[in-house]
Amino acid sequence: MEFRKQKPIYLQIADRLMEQILSGEPAEDDRMPSVRDVAVNMGVNPNTVMRTFEQLQSEEIIYNRRGVGYFVSPDAKKRILAEQRREFLEEELPLIKQKMQMLGITFEDVMK
Amino acid sequence: MIEIRNLDFMYKKSPVFSNINLSFPQGNIYGLLGENGVGKTTLLKLICGLLRPSQGSVYIDGATSYDRHPDMLQRIVFLPDEVTLPDGKTPQQFVDELAPFYPNYAWGTFLHLMEELEVDPNRKFKEMSFGQQKKSLIAATLSLGTDYVLFDEPTNGLDIPSKAQFRQILSRRFEERNTIIISTHQVKDVENLIDPIVILSNSGVLLDASVERIQQKLFFEYGGEKRDDALYSEMQPGGWMNVIPNQSGEESQLNIEALFNAVLRNKNTVRELFS
Repeated sequence: MEFRKQKPIYLQIADRLMEQILSGEPAEDDRMPSVRDVAVNMGVNPNTVMRTFEQLQSEEIIYNRRGVGYFVSPDAKKRILAEQRREFLEEELPLIKQKMQMLGITFEDVMK
Repeated sequence: MIEIRNLDFMYKKSPVFSNINLSFPQGNIYGLLGENGVGKTTLLKLICGLLRPSQGSVYIDGATSYDRHPDMLQRIVFLPDEVTLPDGKTPQQFVDELAPFYPNYAWGTFLHLMEELEVDPNRKFKEMSFGQQKKSLIAATLSLGTDYVLFDEPTNGLDIPSKAQFRQILSRRFEERNTIIISTHQVKDVENLIDPIVILSNSGVLLDASVERIQQKLFFEYGGEKRDDALYSEMQPGGWMNVIPNQSGEESQLNIEALFNAVLRNKNTVRELFS
């Protein structure tokens, strides 16, 4: 059993930006890189990156200061980790469980 | 905005387009796709006023493009796939001759792009490789400062690093006031750059939708088994890729080649899905 999904590009970019925030660069309350810079670095359509930023804003991971740009929310890391925990428990873990059963690997084997 | 209204076009008495309607609002990089011979290049020529519609019109910000009014001509540029270049001239001389017709031409942009693409603006075209000529033309095209930019197979002849550079340059230069249309077969070269996607066929416009809308209507499943209900399936190293109608509303990563094949093989289903 493999992952049969691949996220759309705008969410892949969101994952990448969230990894950067988790690593502390940019830090909380720091300014985000501009939509344009992200788009150019990745060679993607700026409108796609705009959608990524809107998504992150709706999840309150970043916020918009009108006319200034996007900034990392003060509790961005907490929110990102909570979301990643949910994703792991609800989406990844069931697949891992299935695969463990198929291969006859027990929980004890894993914890060794 | 580019508007194509009830467009018919005949080529040597055989119809190429019949009753085409399309709008290209500004602020987007459109991908124009279609099999060989469906008239992608012809459509670009009709848009910029190089060809006259048999019926209907193409409007650029309300002005009929075939009238070729100077106000309109200075705001649009078309880079064909094949250009007959003045062999003995340099890119700098070439762009100097074009510049008087384009009030927003930016000399600095041209030199900057030539430097980025690593082509000498003072070397004669006849001493250049095809790829270097193409890069010079791309730099010239983007330095003219037009709102409308039409590209026919822009990545044709570019080496692998320059294809990535082309994507980066377009995403850097592209502004809200721009309408860019890229006609191409090399969809991998412009994947993640073009949005919306327009697919033409002999029977007309098969698809005209943003990437977001496509992802809402179609689900791209990777690495599973072949599905009988798929609009298109393709064997890949990691398993089958299936294109299926999106039931859950969850979005997946668009694969433009698979989209193209799915649309071509299921014209009516796709029309209903997107109607």
